[in-house]
Amino acid sequence: MTDRALAVVRAGALTTVQDGGRPGYAHLGVPRSGALDPGARDLANRLVGNPADAAVLETTVDGCAVRPRCAVTVAVGGAPCPVTVDGRPASWGAAVRVPAGAVLAVGAAVRGLRSYVAFAGGVAAEPVLGSRSTDLLSGLGPAPLRDGAVLPLGPEPPAPPGHDAVPWPGPPGELVLHVRPGPRDDWFTARALSAFATRAYRVSPASNRIGLRTEGPPLERAVAGELPSEGMVLGAVQVPPDGRPVVFLADHPTTGGYPVVAVVRERDLAAAAQAVPGTPVRFIPVRQASRSRRPRGW
Amino acid sequence: MRTLPVGDRALLVEFGSGEETEAFHAELLRRRAAGALPAVTEVVPAARTVLLDGVEAPERLAALVAGWEIEPLHARVDPVVEIPVRYDGPDLPDVAALWGVPPADVATVHSAAEFRVAFCGFAPGFGYLTGLPEAYEVPRRATPRTAVPAGAVAMAGPYTGVYPRSSPGGWQLIGTTDAVLWDPAREPAALLSPGTRVRFVPRGVGAR
Repeated sequence: MTDRALAVVRAGALTTVQDGGRPGYAHLGVPRSGALDPGARDLANRLVGNPADAAVLETTVDGCAVRPRCAVTVAVGGAPCPVTVDGRPASWGAAVRVPAGAVLAVGAAVRGLRSYVAFAGGVAAEPVLGSRSTDLLSGLGPAPLRDGAVLPLGPEPPAPPGHDAVPWPGPPGELVLHVRPGPRDDWFTARALSAFATRAYRVSPASNRIGLRTEGPPLERAVAGELPSEGMVLGAVQVPPDGRPVVFLADHPTTGGYPVVAVVRERDLAAAAQAVPGTPVRFIPVRQASRSRRPRGW
Repeated sequence: MRTLPVGDRALLVEFGSGEETEAFHAELLRRRAAGALPAVTEVVPAARTVLLDGVEAPERLAALVAGWEIEPLHARVDPVVEIPVRYDGPDLPDVAALWGVPPADVATVHSAAEFRVAFCGFAPGFGYLTGLPEAYEVPRRATPRTAVPAGAVAMAGPYTGVYPRSSPGGWQLIGTTDAVLWDPAREPAALLSPGTRVRFVPRGVGAR
């Protein structure tokens, strides 16, 4: 067997194909999508000699297993997990050569949630609007992996660079999210804003690629009416009627009708992607010096 | 016009009416096409706002747009997209009752209007179309349907929309179209994008 493809032996709880996503189409209702932990994706790709945003597999909680039909260099990163090749232990966080027909098993995450599996040449699923990412909200891109599915691989790049070990940030014990207030913080009471900025929240098990849901003190609205739908950004902290903040992740809807109390700094979102349910969450407001509108209650 | 910062890289520009919002959006696109707008990754118009996302210096952009003279929405000469419709939706009798007209007149009223895509969202290719006189606004259904079929032509509030694919939905279904709203293999993938002019053309039941 020499064809460049891999067969899915065990799809796992939720394994999707992810690359840099589809920015630039929000006005058509298309979410940006892409890897939730882009740093982990980039690093895994570099270890096998791919461009940083080549398509990889993103696993959730319990990993996956695949059988490449060709010999291929692989790197598993992101959430730490056991890695085996035909049952023999192999390195996590480093380039590993998998022989044709061998089973690469990515085990359950020991810490964190999402592991990233990069294959030299990248996963070559059919692109949609320039991206191979699975978008769970609107169903664009390749379907989540199923047992028995076959995914094509791209042509093998020249030999990967000679890293043998690289530093990986560990998943957070506590999720600290720096937020910039607004655009609709004035829809909440001063008491709610103070609770949001000072009280402890926890990651809810209902979190997914669309949003990190939280449990904690509900935020009380100062304005009762309905907000006309408006554009939503990555990291927006939207507050639905139950008052529990939801942090929008890569597959978030492009417009929404609930007020956004604050926006999480983009570089804090990779940790949000790796925070297991129950992880304590703190929202820390940051302001820019040039900001003229002083919010109340922050 | 009011500008609100959204995180470190985006700006929300808010207006008092949908028309002002659409005029500003058209102005933005004109200036972007002319190369007179700083780099922006996303321009997302909505009901009363336009979001500018992926902006290097949102505060500078806010100052810039505040100084713009915005051309009113009048001289649009883009071609009209015609969407053939069979006015056979299950909620057509309810809509007729709300309007106080015989069911057969719903098609006449609805197809007489010229619509414009105010904004998109909800699903890829779903456009929120305005243009029907205010007197014909209808509420959402009290109980949303768990599955609305692809191609359903539906109304809620000031908007008409066509479902690009089967999904849950609470809008009033007045008809069906075979038009393909979304096809990622087509260029452009979306039949409707913000600003597109649209007319619904009645077709006999069963006609293609």
